[in-house]
Amino acid sequence: MKKKTLLQSSGFVTLFASLVCIAIGLLFGFLVLLLLGGDKAYSDGFKQILLGGFYMMPSGIGKEIVTAAPLIMCGLSVAFAFKTGLFNIGAAGQYTLGAFGGLVFALLLHAPWWVCLLASTVFGAIWGAIPGIFKAYLNVNEVITAIMFNWIGLYGCNTIMYGRGTGAMYNAKQSKTFAVTGDSLIPSKLFGWDMTEAFGYKSCTIAIFLAILVAVLLYVVINKTTFGYELKACGCNKNAAKYAGIDEKRSIILSMIIAGALAGFGAGLYYLSGAAQWIPGDSTALPSEGFDGISVALLASSDPIAAIFSAIFISHISTGGGFMNASLFPPEIADIISGIIIYLCAFSLLFKNLIVTLFTGKRKKALASAKTDAKTSDGKEAQ
Amino acid sequence: MFLMLKYALLSATVLMLVALGGCFSEHSGVINLALEGIMVIGGLVGTMALNLLPADMLPVWKVVISICLAAVSGIVYSSLLAFSAINLKADQTIGGTALNLLSTAIALVVVKRYNGTQSAKLSYDNTPFIFQAGPLTLNVFLIIGLVLLAVSIVLLYKTRFGLRLQACGEHPQAAGSVGINVYKMRWAGVLISGFLAGIGGFAYIVPAVQTWNFEVGVAGMGFLALAVMIFGQWKPGKIALAAIFFAIFKSLANIYDSIGWLSALHLTKELYNMMPFAASMIILAFTSKRSRAPKAEGIPYDKGQR
Repeated sequence: MKKKTLLQSSGFVTLFASLVCIAIGLLFGFLVLLLLGGDKAYSDGFKQILLGGFYMMPSGIGKEIVTAAPLIMCGLSVAFAFKTGLFNIGAAGQYTLGAFGGLVFALLLHAPWWVCLLASTVFGAIWGAIPGIFKAYLNVNEVITAIMFNWIGLYGCNTIMYGRGTGAMYNAKQSKTFAVTGDSLIPSKLFGWDMTEAFGYKSCTIAIFLAILVAVLLYVVINKTTFGYELKACGCNKNAAKYAGIDEKRSIILSMIIAGALAGFGAGLYYLSGAAQWIPGDSTALPSEGFDGISVALLASSDPIAAIFSAIFISHISTGGGFMNASLFPPEIADIISGIIIYLCAFSLLFKNLIVTLFTGKRKKALASAKTDAKTSDGKEAQ
Repeated sequence: MFLMLKYALLSATVLMLVALGGCFSEHSGVINLALEGIMVIGGLVGTMALNLLPADMLPVWKVVISICLAAVSGIVYSSLLAFSAINLKADQTIGGTALNLLSTAIALVVVKRYNGTQSAKLSYDNTPFIFQAGPLTLNVFLIIGLVLLAVSIVLLYKTRFGLRLQACGEHPQAAGSVGINVYKMRWAGVLISGFLAGIGGFAYIVPAVQTWNFEVGVAGMGFLALAVMIFGQWKPGKIALAAIFFAIFKSLANIYDSIGWLSALHLTKELYNMMPFAASMIILAFTSKRSRAPKAEGIPYDKGQR
């Protein structure tokens, strides 16, 4: 077989398609800014979004890193489910449970940080297992189950944490949970380098490195192990996998457990870094990280390593959104941009075909689109 | 008791309208996960209209215009889903999710900009929508809902359009082979769902309170409507009954402390809010094995797959 050139490799096409999505998303964002602010659109809005954390050195970068860590994990959670043929829209619920588990161990038991982080992971995994079980044994679509259990988890955790205003974890003065302190906080020192000091942002910890480490581990598991191969095979074709001797029920449940664990771990990274305190009174808002995880995974075409970069990008624009002139431009403009990006990602196959046609001419289109077809079918639900 | 009936009717109307919307879309073969987002847009446009319409306008006109605008905005917003799912053959679940996320962001940007502050609360006057029938407080959406239910049943089962629509959701290639334009039918299904969900979103926000915080979107009502639709087995009549069933659960959260034996249980509001979601999961667990879902839903139409 002839060696593929760079332009023809599916990795390049995928990357280029994601960049096109980002560019169009940013363009729309700019149009919204123009609509709202006229001539101030660039200086008071778009510049901040583009610069992101760099707009306010170095604390802005610290903030960007802190918000990126849970996004990487939620992105990995959704991406891993995509790879195994499932759509994990339940990352928000698993994230909620993860936060709850971590906070219980940190605030009530004052456990060391790694125990709390483990608790977050386990709680998230349990919540992830439920849609898996429903799908494997009761034939209920995992999207519906996950959505319902998002709300059940949110209401449940809030009830327990709030405890009619007298919950053991609830600080009535701030109407938030108590701050995580002492050993329960994830350390900020890495080989003697204090990240909190370096960035001048108080909740900047080694969380981001833990997230990157998990991403690399996940890459190895998916691409280099039999276990990962079995899960992927099951996502591509359930019946073929069964025929090949793979227990497809076990695979579905395991995939969802791992996806849930990843989201839960992300919540642990965020809340045990002290980046925020949970607000149980906010009982109708699911944590946005779970849904941003979908953008991260789609932008990354479900590749664990690419998820690191796409999470940093999403964190970049939302941090930048916070620096905009708030009287003119509400910070949610950043969410509009990421919403448009997901919408575009939903039909990125079209972009991919266009790009292939553009670079290699129509003759080779059939060949290349077959290749990208195989690639994107990773992200589709097995029917 | 009347209070409970009031809240139950309120949510039953909303759930029924939105679930009917989902029903049209799914019968045409498109999973409409964006119902939640369409509701937010409908609610946003409707309430903004109430604020922006001249104050001296006749209340009747205010009601008519705001409801029409909510419906139109729902149609426009759902066309985004139709375009990606039908013409571009995109993944319908992902497209729907994107629209859900986008809708809350749009609502927050619009409301915050309108208020000029960081508050996402919008106040409006809902008195023209409400009327008294004996001891019971009702709203116009109940009547609209009943009319639309009747129209839906006739449209889906008694007209050529409805039967063709269903054919497109069951076996689009077969429908295509006898000359039905599947793309047009699917567009129609999704746009009707946008129309109904847009009104539904407005019906959820306006009659109950005078101030709405758009941070919460519509608090999962769109997803609950999906469960209502599944529980109602994609049939308008059964959907209406399912909506009433879920609405009773939902209304418990509003009135539990005013009913003796319920408040004696000492459960919190959150637990009552959780109940409809938990109930829908239990029902789904028992009914999914013999699901009556349209066979081709979620699969993009490909002419070549005959």
